[in-house]
Amino acid sequence: MTRQKRSHHKLKRAVAPYLYLSPSLVIISLLMLLPMVTVIGYSFQNSAVLRRDPSFAGLKHYQAIFNDPVFWASLWHTLYFTCMSVIFHMTIGMIFALMLNSDRINPMLRNILRVLYILPWLFTAVIIAVIWRLLLEPNGVVNSMLLQLGIIGSKVEWFSSPETALHAVTFANIWAGYPLFMVSLLAGLQGIPKDFYEAADIDGAKAYQKLIFITIPQLMPIIISISLLDFIWTMQVFPLIWITTGGGPIYSTEVLSTYTYKLAFSSYNLSQASASAVVILLISLGLTLFYIRYQKAR
Amino acid sequence: MKQTIGCIVRSILEKEEKKMTFRIKPAMLKIAAAAWLLGATAAMADTTLEFTQWWEPELPAGSLRKIMDDFEAANPGIKVTLVSGPYATTRDQISVGAATGTLSDVVGLDGAWVNNLNAQGALADMNPMMDASKFDKAQVADIIKVDGKAVMFPVASFVYPVFVNLDLAAQAGVTKLPSTRAEFLEAAKKMTHADKNQYGWVLPLSLQTPSGVQNDMMSWVWASGQSMMADGKPALEGKPVVDMLTFVKSLNDAGTISPGIATKTEQEKVEEFVNDRVGMMIDSLAHVNLIRKRNPKLNFDLIPVPVVEGYTGKRGLPYASWGIGISAASKHQEEAWKLVQYLMSEKVNAKLVSLANAFPGNVNAKPDFVTSDKAFAKAFEIFKTGYLANEFTGLPVAEDLMTQFDVQAQKMLAGEQSPEQAAAAAQKGWMAKF
Repeated sequence: MTRQKRSHHKLKRAVAPYLYLSPSLVIISLLMLLPMVTVIGYSFQNSAVLRRDPSFAGLKHYQAIFNDPVFWASLWHTLYFTCMSVIFHMTIGMIFALMLNSDRINPMLRNILRVLYILPWLFTAVIIAVIWRLLLEPNGVVNSMLLQLGIIGSKVEWFSSPETALHAVTFANIWAGYPLFMVSLLAGLQGIPKDFYEAADIDGAKAYQKLIFITIPQLMPIIISISLLDFIWTMQVFPLIWITTGGGPIYSTEVLSTYTYKLAFSSYNLSQASASAVVILLISLGLTLFYIRYQKAR
Repeated sequence: MKQTIGCIVRSILEKEEKKMTFRIKPAMLKIAAAAWLLGATAAMADTTLEFTQWWEPELPAGSLRKIMDDFEAANPGIKVTLVSGPYATTRDQISVGAATGTLSDVVGLDGAWVNNLNAQGALADMNPMMDASKFDKAQVADIIKVDGKAVMFPVASFVYPVFVNLDLAAQAGVTKLPSTRAEFLEAAKKMTHADKNQYGWVLPLSLQTPSGVQNDMMSWVWASGQSMMADGKPALEGKPVVDMLTFVKSLNDAGTISPGIATKTEQEKVEEFVNDRVGMMIDSLAHVNLIRKRNPKLNFDLIPVPVVEGYTGKRGLPYASWGIGISAASKHQEEAWKLVQYLMSEKVNAKLVSLANAFPGNVNAKPDFVTSDKAFAKAFEIFKTGYLANEFTGLPVAEDLMTQFDVQAQKMLAGEQSPEQAAAAAQKGWMAKF
């Protein structure tokens, strides 16, 4: 009887955590796991969603997208867009964070700059896209200024020319995303003990040496964490590119998200779109695992 | 004594109460039975039709509901539930509804969707319904057929004439509005002053909404009575399409097209026209009021899309339409057909298109704005003397076909290929979809 009671108690203790977790597990399963599994299922079906009796397609849709040169172009554009965005987000974020953390700037001016620098973060992707479309249109403010300064000889079609379109959307995304780095790094900078700098001053260290040997190593955990998260988020950017260029001109700004969208809602090829979405999922998953490992290691 | 009287009164009251209860019970039962019978009869008689469309948000508030109320009054026993949403949402909703067999009884359709929906077996053939009700087919402007099945009627059509900024034309010395392609090119050249950000024509080829291929490019082909198809298959390498591409290229080479073609959207096209930055544009008649609102001083006129030299036949008039069809899965097809007939009838159709500033699906209907507005009267004249032409209606994955053509046209305009190569590449892409 005592043994029975004890085993019952053990069972209760073992089950209790799962019972506490069950509401969130159910919600996650319904809202995340189920759609994910469904999309993976669609990628192995012919005429997914559009037919009531879709047949099994095997890896046909994966083969089709891997044989499509536009897919590879989209992958390359995605990598370029993402890498450039993350690098510049980090660089600009660091410069502005150092500026805002500096005692040499008047506190009043510092507060004004703090508000100004964070502004891009307050706009939605649609607003950012509209702003940059207006600024960079052939008759827009940017061309007018560059013409007056003599930097360009004729109007540049920033978003409409295959040569400049990818750089232009990347630039707009850099402008929109650096405040995340700036705010995170600023918080990190304020947490670095002053003793380190005082010791460095006694040793006669110069400003750049303090930056390289104290500031950056101290901020490294934040830099890596935010960079990884930014990489995952930027890779999935859709509205900014869709509204500014729609993936064009020709295919010069086609990224994986616009490529998948067109397959789904322009071609109504939901099976191939699912296969493309699974590829994005796998890339994101790889990065997420890397991020989790890094966090665990810390 | 008092107690005795009290007892007597109480016992009388109790008896009366019992009697009343006894009397009330059958009465209540009768009422309940009658109510049930009434409800059941009403339930049996009342058929509720579901009508999914994107029109309601685009019409004056409550106007489509009012038309439905009139229909319900004229057809006792049929109720209509409107399922309304923006165009894109409705499109997705209909695609999913077709796949899952939950499509509404009556659906608003765009010609570009019907091929896919028909392939899914989602649309009912209205031929037998027309025959059974002895519907006069001559009264409708068009019947969209796929594989011989009548799947859609255009209820309201938004035609696309050429809008001309008369002030810019006068300043440029264009006295006669262009009627042929050569005249159009000449007029566009004269109206172009790049130094003043002023151009002769505007061409929106954004891949976000590739409808510019249909409205601003293929319209040149249809206007001259030509076709982009042959025997139901694409014929993009044929003379009509290659000539059109060559013509568009000549406009571009002459610098007459407003810059930013590859990312320009239809809204931006209209904005440029409104702001005196382009002299001519092909646009929907539905934008007339918007243009007037944005720039009340703008002096403009409407002309048909110019044709190739020597063409004197009827001009094809590009259009987009609010179409209507019946779900193949509907259990109330008879009632659904009544609603379709009602919306296609002369008076109701005239009322609906008057509200939408569109041209009627019933050839006998005359919208009231035609008599009250000069621009609309002119457009109605163009509409009456020409014929509706939109070959994308009924094609498989029409939007994808436009995107493919768009990409090749962009390559041509970027100088990467000739019109012949663009046509050949687009033909190859299109054939894969047929």
